[in-house]
Amino acid sequence: MTTTHETQQTTTPQYPEHFEPPRGTAYRLLFGPGLVRGAWMGALFFVLGTLLVVGLRAWWGWDPVWLWPVIITVAGLTAAPIGFLAGIGAFDYWLYYLSGRPTRPEDHSGHGARSWRDYFRVNTDHKVIGIQYIVTTFVFFVIGGLFAMIFRAELAQPGLQFVNSQEFNGLVSAHATLMIFLFIIPAFAGIANYVVPLMLGAPDMAFPRLNALSFWLLPIAGVMFLASFLTPGGSFAAGWTGYAPLAEGQPLGQTFFNMGVQWAGASSVMTALNFLVTIITMRAPGMTFWRMPLLVWANFTTSLLVVVATPFIAGSQFFVLFDRVMHTDFFIPEGGGYVLGYQHIFWFYSHPAVYIMMLPGFGIVSEVISTMARKPIFGYRLMALSLVGILVLGFSVWAHHMFVAGMADWLRVPMMITTLLIAVPTGIKVFSWTATLWRGRIRLTTPMLFALGFVTMFVIGGLSGIYLGSVPVDIHASDTYFVVAHIHYVLFGGSVFTIFAGIYYWFPKMTGRMYDERLGKLHFWATFISFNLTFFPMHYVGLRGMPRRVFDYAEAFGDLNFVISIASFALGASTVVFFYNMVTSWARGPVAEANPWGAHTLEWQVSSPPPIFNFDEIPQVVAGPYEYGVAGARHAVMSPAREAQEVPA
Amino acid sequence: MRKGIVQLVAIGVVIAVATTLVAVLFQWLPTSASEEFDRIQDVYWLVTIISIAIFALVTALIVFSVWKWRVSPDDDEDGPPIHGNTTIEIVWTAIPALLVLVIGIVSAVVLARNGEAGTRPLRVEAVGQQFAWRFVYPDYENATSGELVLPVGKEAQFTMRSVDVIHSFWVPEFGQKMDAVPGIETTILVTPTRTGEFPVVCAELCGLGHATMRAKARVVSEAEFEDWIAEQR
Repeated sequence: MTTTHETQQTTTPQYPEHFEPPRGTAYRLLFGPGLVRGAWMGALFFVLGTLLVVGLRAWWGWDPVWLWPVIITVAGLTAAPIGFLAGIGAFDYWLYYLSGRPTRPEDHSGHGARSWRDYFRVNTDHKVIGIQYIVTTFVFFVIGGLFAMIFRAELAQPGLQFVNSQEFNGLVSAHATLMIFLFIIPAFAGIANYVVPLMLGAPDMAFPRLNALSFWLLPIAGVMFLASFLTPGGSFAAGWTGYAPLAEGQPLGQTFFNMGVQWAGASSVMTALNFLVTIITMRAPGMTFWRMPLLVWANFTTSLLVVVATPFIAGSQFFVLFDRVMHTDFFIPEGGGYVLGYQHIFWFYSHPAVYIMMLPGFGIVSEVISTMARKPIFGYRLMALSLVGILVLGFSVWAHHMFVAGMADWLRVPMMITTLLIAVPTGIKVFSWTATLWRGRIRLTTPMLFALGFVTMFVIGGLSGIYLGSVPVDIHASDTYFVVAHIHYVLFGGSVFTIFAGIYYWFPKMTGRMYDERLGKLHFWATFISFNLTFFPMHYVGLRGMPRRVFDYAEAFGDLNFVISIASFALGASTVVFFYNMVTSWARGPVAEANPWGAHTLEWQVSSPPPIFNFDEIPQVVAGPYEYGVAGARHAVMSPAREAQEVPA
Repeated sequence: MRKGIVQLVAIGVVIAVATTLVAVLFQWLPTSASEEFDRIQDVYWLVTIISIAIFALVTALIVFSVWKWRVSPDDDEDGPPIHGNTTIEIVWTAIPALLVLVIGIVSAVVLARNGEAGTRPLRVEAVGQQFAWRFVYPDYENATSGELVLPVGKEAQFTMRSVDVIHSFWVPEFGQKMDAVPGIETTILVTPTRTGEFPVVCAELCGLGHATMRAKARVVSEAEFEDWIAEQR
């Protein structure tokens, strides 16, 4: 006993001392990297941006000199965020390097968290960034959910009761925008940020500083979307799709949407590039592509989608912005613009975005089901290949959002066929998950409940997708509540359930503590039931004739909408159980073991939470990640995990 | 194991019957008022039958597996190391592919038939504008009305235009929908099969008054239509 203990002690590498920036002096507070410097540099850059616009306009003699839509775009939505990022220190290292000054030696002062304050700094540790992502995205999840509660209250009966039509359209648009760009996409990025390097046996992501920057772009986008509510004319209200030419004539708030999407999109692209390089170059010895856990495969394919597709939504929003601010005519028919062009460009991103919001969830569910059923994932290679299949097909289906948009007729049938074919790789995944359950030893823990809830709900969402994929049926059902039901079965019953599964599954790893299983199960059943009561009836009202995005509707739909609204409040309330569980368990839950689920993947072979550089020795991968039931099988060879220790504050 | 298979099939049948009852007992679609919607409803039922089968299969497998093989959370034994089965994997790749191809072909045929304009259809221009519809009858000296009136049994060919932003023309009972897009003209066919009054709804978010952008569609006999159109001129 003693000898092994000693050997371990000697092999443990000595980390450099944590560099604690001296606190207290006013100079450090003002000029050292941090939120204070971020605030005043943001303000400074706003002033510089304003001077730039006003100065140029005065120089060229343009009237009026003080044109607020342009000043807001340049100074408020572009310059100020750059100033903020520079202020918090996101560019410090690069600027030192660029300006030829000596870069500070790697003191790891910005790596790892010793106190809660480190979570509010630019930090290069992928584990800290992962938690920064997850907490931030759940804040926006609550805000987006509250927006939904408000407009569901409005929709409980026909006519206008609580909000006016501008506010209604604004709330609907902001709900979707926050949930997509500030919750689902980055929540997956957060989970993957924490887990993927660990699963690969890597000490961190390939580009830790880029990783930090990509996180800090996110709150900028979120604040921008929310700030639009304060503009004259109210928030952006052309839907999260922001179709031209409606968006062209909207008040100032629409510009906040155009620019917010740029910041969120830049964040996505940077993270995706980082994942790609990390997965390609930083796998532990022996970790071949065919030995990677499916979560890694899922994030690999997702990142490819993000890198290729996201520039298209950036383009679509820039064109609208140029039309609005610079008097171009990209989408204005009177000036020779092409209205449908917007939709083609927008959906060339936004359909792949659906898979960006789903493939990481597929990965999470594969991990959870295999571990909890104690069986190898059924058909591992086909599972990985079906992700690649969805990736490739995903780029050839965008126009199925435009079957009634008036696009070229000949495009409809080919797009329908590719759309329907996506059911094949998706079906393979669903069947493989169920086959993994077959003869397993199934442990119905909370993550497993969410994973199984996901599979059933996703089947419903997938099948309603077949209806919408078929052009003739879509002509009737398009732009109705049937579509609203479909996207919520796919994005809530699908993506959000997998996010919950992932949060519960890795909670012990991330926090070093165990969540309350009873509360977790209560959360699942409350969510599962109220989710179905909320969204299933929407299929019906949609097919019967209720269009989406309306504050008022025919009397005949009154009763069902009342039921839907009540159920949606229950759905909102069910998340309170989740947050209570998370907060109390994180603060004083029982200390978690290194590997509470008995999983084989690498993140469970280190302590909970993992050491600052993840692995004290580089693991040697010797087999696949899911060799449950194979006598003596191991995924990797390494010393057993040291017991979890309290992190010194 | 034979007993297990019987139980699995029983669960599947129960789920399939329950789902079928949900599909049949509620009237999910408006009663069709056009030939085009009749054909669309055929596709709808084809997809529904396939969907019920797949939903029953997957949920039955999950319910059965959980019921049969659930263990206590403290159990730390592993299941059998089954890594896959090539035959089964080929089957569940090929059968869904076949099913969606069938749906695709049927849909394409229906789409083509719903797009075949016969000889001399009644031409109607639907003009969308924030936030009202205007219907113009070019065959009748451009008679214009805020109400859509169509003769029963006669094919109507709609041409959509918009004067400002995108709108979408939809009569739920006709099952036909098409966007009215500024700068281009779009078309759709409707052959009404029964008389009655139906709502015309705007289905594309078009601004503050989008929810209130509704009109009335009236399908009347040929004679009534001639009388009405004479009044409009």
